[in-house]
Amino acid sequence: MPELDEDQLLHVSLGPQHPSTHGVFRMNVLLDGETVVSLKPVFGYLHRNHEKIAEGITYLSSMPFTDRLDYICPLTNNWAYAQAVEKLAGIEVPERAEYIRVITAELTRLINHSAFVGFFLGDMGAWGSALMYAFREREKILDLFEDLTGARMMSNYMRFGGCRNDLPDGWAAKASVLVNEFPRFLDELENLVTGNEILIARTQNIGALPKEALINGGITGPMLRAAGVAYDIRKVEPYGIYDRFKFRIPLGTTGDCYDRLMIRLLELRESLAILRQALDQLPEGAYIHPKAKIRNFKPPVGEAYARIESPKGELGFYLISDGSAKPFRYRIRPPSFINLTLLEDMCLGLDLADVVLILGSIDIVLGEVDR
Amino acid sequence: MSLVLNKSMEHPATSSRAATPPPAAAWTLPGIGLLKGLAVTATNMIQSYYRKDRMTTVQYPEERATISPNFRNFPFLAYDGADAMAGLRCTACLICENECPPKCIYIVLDRDENGKSLKRPKVFDIDVSVCMNCGICAEVCPFDSIYMDGEYELSTTDRFEGLLFNKQRLARSTDYHAQLRPLEAAEVAARRKADEDKKLAAQAAKEAKAKADKAAKEQAAAQESELS
Ligand code: SF4
Ligand code: SF4
Repeated sequence: MPELDEDQLLHVSLGPQHPSTHGVFRMNVLLDGETVVSLKPVFGYLHRNHEKIAEGITYLSSMPFTDRLDYICPLTNNWAYAQAVEKLAGIEVPERAEYIRVITAELTRLINHSAFVGFFLGDMGAWGSALMYAFREREKILDLFEDLTGARMMSNYMRFGGCRNDLPDGWAAKASVLVNEFPRFLDELENLVTGNEILIARTQNIGALPKEALINGGITGPMLRAAGVAYDIRKVEPYGIYDRFKFRIPLGTTGDCYDRLMIRLLELRESLAILRQALDQLPEGAYIHPKAKIRNFKPPVGEAYARIESPKGELGFYLISDGSAKPFRYRIRPPSFINLTLLEDMCLGLDLADVVLILGSIDIVLGEVDR
Repeated sequence: MSLVLNKSMEHPATSSRAATPPPAAAWTLPGIGLLKGLAVTATNMIQSYYRKDRMTTVQYPEERATISPNFRNFPFLAYDGADAMAGLRCTACLICENECPPKCIYIVLDRDENGKSLKRPKVFDIDVSVCMNCGICAEVCPFDSIYMDGEYELSTTDRFEGLLFNKQRLARSTDYHAQLRPLEAAEVAARRKADEDKKLAAQAAKEAKAKADKAAKEQAAAQESELS
């Protein structure tokens, strides 16, 4: 590589307020013409001190704050946190609650992945159509969530030992209708994007990294699977009742932006398969463990780490309890943040316009990156 | 240096290789994919004029979306009877104040001149500009006093006083609750009635026992006096 003339390089500060950065995120990019020479991510604009605040309030009080991490998928965040506390305190979860959790988590995955397709196309310049179609479908799922949890997005629904309330009358039937209608939307979405020549030209062979680099970087979720690594926590370390369902893990081959998009589209189909099975098998029974404590909850001294496959990757909570009502240490392993760490490696040598695309393909939510 | 997943991590069920792009060998007319996409957009546009499920915009405020009966927004305080301030169920136990995640509840216990607790709040303020609608206060209250409201048209021009709700502003009758959330209210009413009945029964039993004890004592005394 020839020596670069410092004076010829252009310094571009992309963000923090920029529609393509998915929130308040900044990239200091050094350009040689159109080519990226270096890229330094700057984050923390949305830092809310979530972890420290959680150490000063009771275990239950942190639950609504977890909604606000990855605010596209509050219910999976709830689940990860509830699971960590359950592990810490050794609380059993009744069967029905496990099913409700799987159903809500997979519905969340539907929301996340279909919205991802919309945002990703927006990053490419096709702002509008795909995102609006995805949001139209998302609205139907949010209506279900509102019915179940009382809020469209900030659900605050899972409890240590189950869920806050039972499914309302007719909810499961409504969810079944939605699950049966969803494939029609997926066909539409696939027709819209997958064959599009412009999309293929812009995404194939963009942003790929070797498997080893991704594994070393701690990348998880669809990002990793797009590169062909079969690693899905629902399979490698089944939590809840995921071992009861039959579903496949789609894998990519190259790990470029196109594969990342396709992985999400295929995972949507698998989520629908899980949803169908879960809604069919949904048993009667308690939705929360009868001995679960709402007031005055004090787990025994100890530590626990629990992780789930959130739509964006491995979401884990690490808790240390000193036996009091407040956690001694509360730590989150956010998939968005860790998936972002290899951004520079993916972007070097590409055009500035590709940077936006690669950032989009990582699927970050700044609420989770900055916490 | 490089860490590679070992074979055992490759779960037998994780075998799908469908995510690869369509093979380059299958030649298609350039632009077909684009046209397919445009067909989807066109269909959507045309259908948005006549298909009910595609007309998703609700013309608020002329029209209103139907809101789920479970929708929660800000808390209110329930009272029994006609007088809101006298009938407040709240005992100022401070549990909700402690559990509220953003700490937006402020309670001062009412005391008489001797400093004895009157078991009611002198001040009960909720700063709804801070409240995050989580519903934890309603969940933890052991006295069936605080519930979540569904009211959402609360905009005001004064963001300090206008968004600090005091107990007068927060008080809602139990009838309001029954109308807003019939299921929850019925359950609470039934449980309160059962508790009340139990209490009455216990009191009646206590009284009956006292009476019986007294009668027995009197009888014993009478027997004693007879003997002597
Ligand atoms: S509302 Fe309920 S929890 Fe809060 S102070 Fe009053 S009685 Fe206690
Ligand atoms: S709803 Fe949540 S934030 Fe609002 S007052 Fe109740 S506990 Fe506090």
